[in-house]
Amino acid sequence: MSTKQNISLFDKALLLQATKDSVIKLNPVALIKNPVIFIVGLGAVLTTVIVITGGLQGNFSSFNLQIAIWLWFTVLFANFSEAIAEGRGKAQAESLKKNRTQTKARKLVGKQEVSVFAPELKKGDIVICEAGDVIPSDGEVIEGIASVDESAITGESAPVIRESGGDRSAVTGGTKVISDRILISITSEPGNTFIDRMIALVEGAKRQKTPNEIALSILLSGLSIIFLLAVVTLPAFFGYSLSASGLPGSENLTLPVLVALLVCLIPTTIGGLLSAIGISGMDRLLQRNVIATSGRAIEAAGDVDVLLLDKTGTITLGNRMATNFIPADGVTVEELADAAQLSSLSDETPEGRSIVVLAKEKFNIRGRDITNLHATFIPFTAQSRMSGVDLSSKDGKTHQIRKGSSEAIRTFIHNNNGFFPQKIKDIVTELARQGATPLVVAEDDKVLGVVHLKDIVKGGIKQRFSELRKMGIKTVMITGDNPLTAAAIAAEAGVDDFMAEAKPEDKLQRIREEQANGHLVGMIGDGTNDAPALAQADIGIAMNSGTQAAREAGNMVDLDSNPTKLIEVVEVGKQLLMTRGALTTFSIANDVAKYFAIIPAIAVSLYAGSNGVGPLSALNIMHLGSPQSAILSAIIFNALIIVMLIPLALKGVRYRPVSANVALTRNLFIYGLGGIIAPFIGIKLIDLLINL
Amino acid sequence: MTILEIIQILIFFSLLIGLTPILGKYMANVFTGNRHFMLPVFGWLERLAYRFIKVDPNEETNWKSYAFGLLMFNLTGFLFVFLIQLFQAVLPLNPAHLSNVSWHSAFNTAVSFMTNTNWQGYAGETTLSYFVQMVGLTVQNFVSAATGIAVLLALIKGISRKTTDKLGNFWVDLTRSTLYVLLPLSIVLAVLLVGQGVVQNFNSYETIQTLQGAEQVIPSGPAASQIAIKQMGTNGGGFFNANSAHPFENPTPFSNLLEMLAILLIPASLTFTYGKMVGSTRQGWTIFTAMIILLISGLAISLYAEYASNPVFGHLSLMEGKETRFGITNSLIWSTSTTAASNGSVNAMHDSLSPLSGMIAMINIMLGEVVFGGVGAGLYGMVIFVILTVFIAGLMVGRTPEYMGKKIEAFEVKMAIIAVLAPSFVILIFSAWASVSQMGLSSLNNSGPHGFSEILYAFSSAAGNNGSAFAGLNANTVFYNLTLGIGMLIGRFGVIIPVLAIAGSMGRKKITPLSAGTFRTDNWLFIGLLIGVILIVGGLTFFPALSLGPIVEQLLLNNGITF
Repeated sequence: MSTKQNISLFDKALLLQATKDSVIKLNPVALIKNPVIFIVGLGAVLTTVIVITGGLQGNFSSFNLQIAIWLWFTVLFANFSEAIAEGRGKAQAESLKKNRTQTKARKLVGKQEVSVFAPELKKGDIVICEAGDVIPSDGEVIEGIASVDESAITGESAPVIRESGGDRSAVTGGTKVISDRILISITSEPGNTFIDRMIALVEGAKRQKTPNEIALSILLSGLSIIFLLAVVTLPAFFGYSLSASGLPGSENLTLPVLVALLVCLIPTTIGGLLSAIGISGMDRLLQRNVIATSGRAIEAAGDVDVLLLDKTGTITLGNRMATNFIPADGVTVEELADAAQLSSLSDETPEGRSIVVLAKEKFNIRGRDITNLHATFIPFTAQSRMSGVDLSSKDGKTHQIRKGSSEAIRTFIHNNNGFFPQKIKDIVTELARQGATPLVVAEDDKVLGVVHLKDIVKGGIKQRFSELRKMGIKTVMITGDNPLTAAAIAAEAGVDDFMAEAKPEDKLQRIREEQANGHLVGMIGDGTNDAPALAQADIGIAMNSGTQAAREAGNMVDLDSNPTKLIEVVEVGKQLLMTRGALTTFSIANDVAKYFAIIPAIAVSLYAGSNGVGPLSALNIMHLGSPQSAILSAIIFNALIIVMLIPLALKGVRYRPVSANVALTRNLFIYGLGGIIAPFIGIKLIDLLINL
Repeated sequence: MTILEIIQILIFFSLLIGLTPILGKYMANVFTGNRHFMLPVFGWLERLAYRFIKVDPNEETNWKSYAFGLLMFNLTGFLFVFLIQLFQAVLPLNPAHLSNVSWHSAFNTAVSFMTNTNWQGYAGETTLSYFVQMVGLTVQNFVSAATGIAVLLALIKGISRKTTDKLGNFWVDLTRSTLYVLLPLSIVLAVLLVGQGVVQNFNSYETIQTLQGAEQVIPSGPAASQIAIKQMGTNGGGFFNANSAHPFENPTPFSNLLEMLAILLIPASLTFTYGKMVGSTRQGWTIFTAMIILLISGLAISLYAEYASNPVFGHLSLMEGKETRFGITNSLIWSTSTTAASNGSVNAMHDSLSPLSGMIAMINIMLGEVVFGGVGAGLYGMVIFVILTVFIAGLMVGRTPEYMGKKIEAFEVKMAIIAVLAPSFVILIFSAWASVSQMGLSSLNNSGPHGFSEILYAFSSAAGNNGSAFAGLNANTVFYNLTLGIGMLIGRFGVIIPVLAIAGSMGRKKITPLSAGTFRTDNWLFIGLLIGVILIVGGLTFFPALSLGPIVEQLLLNNGITF
C-alpha cells in the first residue's frame, strides 16, 4: 500500500460507508463521548416523543416534526463528519490488514524450521526470511544482511539494506525480503506490531482524546451547561412576562422550541467536528509518511519551539562535495584536475563522484575508460586512508596517483622519498579553519595540490529556517565536526545555534536543559545512540531505517527516513491546532445571529398591542418571515453548517509559516468576524427559501 | 449635555488614569515585601499582628492551605457579625435602642458584608446599632476587601512563579492589604470627607421640628469613616439607607468626585500592580484598557439613554430618583462605576434610570463584575476571562494555549468554567424561581418588565457581590434574605475557590519563554478579543432574560408605555 495516495473528499464508496456509520454511531454509548452532540441527541428524542404523542392525541404539529427532523440531522451530520474522517484512515489501512493476515512465517525451533501463521509469533521467536518471503512481524536482524522492499509501509519502491548489528537492524512486519537470507528475532507481541498499531491509529478505533481535546471538550460542555441554564430558566421568565402582558400561561414556550433554542446556542459546530479534526490530523501526517504513536504527539508538535537537527542529511546534503582545485607550486590547475579526476574515476563514493563532476564542469575533462588506460583502481582502505589509481604508462613505468587526507598523503610522499611543501600545509590548515575538508592529491613523490571538499547546505534550507524563526522556533544544529567547521556551516545555513563535537549524551543533556527552561524540543534520529534523546524530546521522530530501539523510543516514525520531515511534522501540528481554534471561534461567534433569529420569534406576542405584534419584534433585524420560519431557519443553518465545514475540518485551515500575531489576525478575521456575519446571511437565505 | 459636564467626565477619567500607576506601584511594593513609606508607620502593627495570631510571615503555603485559611477567616467573620446582630439590643453603643435583628436578616447582612457585597436588605439607620455597624460591618468592609486582594495575590504568584506549589501566606497578604492599603487610604478619604461636611460622631439621633411644624428625626453617627471604606473597598453598604444620595454621606460635588474616584481607584490601580508583579506592566495596561473601554462604552450608552427625549413625558433628562445636587452626568458616572466595580453604593436610585441605562448597570454586574470589579475580585474575575480568551482564540496561532508562558490545560479550563458558571447559576435559577413563586412576586413594587428587572437586578447584584439594588424590591423577607444570601455565597466562593485552584495549578507549571510563536496577550488585538469573549460568553447568556426585562421595557417606552 502506498500511504501517499490521496483519497478524494467525495469518494463514493467512502461517502456511502460514512453514511451507514453515522447511523450506527447513534448508539447512545458511542454518542455520550461527545457531550454536546449527546445533548442534541437527547433533544431529538424528546422532540420526537412529543411529535408522536401529539399525533396520537390528534394534534399533530408539522412544525415540531420539522424541528425533530433537523435535530436528528444535526446529530447525523456530526456523526458523519467523524465517520468520514475515520473512513479515510480505514481505507488506507485496508491493504495493510491483508498483509498481516496472510503471512506465513518460518519459525526456527531449535534447528528445526516450522511453518506457523504470523499472528502466532511471540516476542523472542526466531524466524528465517529468504528472498521472496514477507517478514512476518516486527523484529531485529540477528544474522545476515538482506535487501528489503519496504514499499508496503513507505510507498517507496527502492529496496533498503537491513543487516545485523549497527543502526539498520530493524525490520517491519509486512515488508518483503528481496535478496539474501536473514535471521530475525521477533520484538513485538502478537497484535501489537508496528502495522497493527498503524492500523489502529489510522482507523481511529483506539483513538484517545488528546490533552488539548479534553480541555476543549470541557470548555464546550461548560458552555453547554451555561446555555442550558439560560434556556431552562426561560419558561419562568416567559411565564412572568405572559401574565404581565395579560396572556394565558398556556402560551408559554413549548418544549420543541426550547430544545431548538438550546441546540442553536450550544457549540454544536465545533462539538460535531472536533473528533474529525483530530483524526484528520493523523491522516495528514500519514500522507507525509509519518506515523505518530499518539494524537498527543501531533499536538506537542505544534508546541515545539526548539528543533535539534543533525547536520548531515538535514542541513547539508549527506556528503561533502568538491568545489575547488588548488594546485601546488609548479603545477597547473588543469594538471591537478586531471590527476584528481583519474584517481576518482572508479571511486564510487559521493566525494569521488563530485570530483569527477567538478573536473568536467570546470575544465571539460571527460570520463575515460580505466581499462583502456591500463589503470588499476586502488580503493580506500582503513589502513592506507587513501584511494587512487596505478597507471601503467607507455614507458612501462607505473605512476601512482593518490588522494587522501593530508596525514595519509604525507606518509605516502615520505615513503616515496618526496617532499611535502609548506604551502600545501598552509592551504590545508586554512581550509580546515573554514569548515571544509581538504583532500591532498599526489603523484608518486610529488604533491600536485589540494581538492577543496565542502559540506553543501541544502537548497532552500536557509529560507526554511527563517520561516521557522518567524514562527518562533529556534533551530539548533548538531554535528560531530569541530567548532570552527560547525560555526561556518551554521552561519551558512542560518541556524540559530549549533552544538559542535556533539556526542549522543550531549544531545540528551541539551534537551534536558532546553526543557528546564520551558522549551519543548523536537528531534529526529535513527541510531540506538539516539534512543535516550528521542525518548526525552517532546517530539522524537525515529527514522524507519533506524534501529528498533530508536523506533520504540520516539513518538513518531518517519517512513521515508527523511530528516527534514521534522519541520513538516511541526507544520501539521500547528495546522491541527489552528483548525481547532478557528472552528471553536467560529462556532461561538455564530451565537449572536441565532439569538437575533430566535428571541424575537418566540417573544413576538409579549406586550403586544392590538395588532398582535409585540415590541420585541424590533429585534428581528433580519426581517425573518414568521416566528416559525425563524426558528426553523436557525436550526437548519445550525445543522447544515456542520456538513459545510467537514471539508475544512478534514483538510485543515490554510497554513502559512508566519508569526503568531499575523496568523491570529488572519484567522480571527476569517473565522471570528466571519463567524458573526455568516449565520446572519445563512439564516436569512434559509428563511427566504422556507417562505417561498 | 453641556460642555461643563463633558469636562467633569474628562477630569474624572484623567484622575483615574493618572492615579492608577502611582497607587499601583506602591501596592506592588507593599505586596512584594519591598520597602515603602508606610512601613515605619504601621510596620510595628504588622509584626504585632503576626505575633498575636501566631503566624510565621515567612512560611508560604500551597493553594489548599491558603484557601482553607481564607475560608476559616471568613466563616469566623460571618458568625461574629451574625451573632452580634441577633443580640444587639443588649450590646453597647445602641443609643437609639434598636431591637435585635431577625435571624434571616442577620444571616443576609452577615453574608453580605463578609462577601464584600454589602447588599442591604435592611434600612441602615433604623435597624443596626453603632456597635454592629462599627465592630461588625466596618471591620468586614476592610477584611472582605483585603480577602479579595489576597486571592488576587495568590493568583499573581501562581502566574509569575514556576514549578512551585507555594503561593504565599494568606495572613500576610490579608494583613498587608489592610494595614498598608485600605487603612491609610480610608483615613485620608475620611478626613477629606469630614472636611466636606460628612458627619462623624457618636450622638444619638435628634428629633427636630421642621419649618412646616412636622417632626423629623435627624440621624447621625460615625458615618465618614464607614463611607471611606465602603467606597475604597468596593463595599457599598451605606451608613444611611439612601446611601450616597444622603446629604450627610455625600454633601458636596467635591465629595461626590472623591467618592466616585474612590470606587474605582483600587481596582484600577491593581491592574498596574498586577502588571508589575507578573513582570510586564504592558499586561496590566492591557487589562486596564479592556476594562476602561467597557466602562466608557457603558457610560456612553447610559448618557445617551438619559439625555434622549423621554417618549412619555416628551422632554429631556428626567430627574426623578436622581440627586438634583449632582445632576444626571454625575449620577451616571456613579451608576456605571458602582455597578462595574462591584461597589454597589449609589447616589441615585437605579430603579429610576431609563430602562437602557438600568440595563447597562445590570450588564456590568452580569458580566461577572470584571469591569474593574471588586477590590481584587474584579481583576481575578478578569483573569478568568483572559484564560478563556486565551484558550478559545490562542489555538488559532497553532500552539496549545498559554498565558504568560503557562499552558492552559483541562484543569484550568474546568476551573474557569466553574467560576463563570457559579454566578450565572445564581442569577438565572434564583431569578426564575422568584419570578414564578408567590414569595418572589409579592415583594415587587412595580409590574410588567420593570418588576422583572427588579428581580433580575437583585440576584445579579447578589451573585456579582455588587450590593446595589433596583430600589423597587422589598428584599427584607425570609425568601429574599435567604436566596440572596446563598446567592452571595455562591457568587463569592464559587469564584474564589476555582481561582485559587488555578493559581495552584499554574504555579506548578513551567514557563515557556516568549517567542514570535507566542500568542500575545498584551496588544490591541487581544484587548478586542477579550472584550468579544466577555460580551459573548459572559453576556449572551443573559440576552433572553434581558430582552424580557429592560430591552422590552425600553421598546415599550419608545411606544409610550411605562410601568
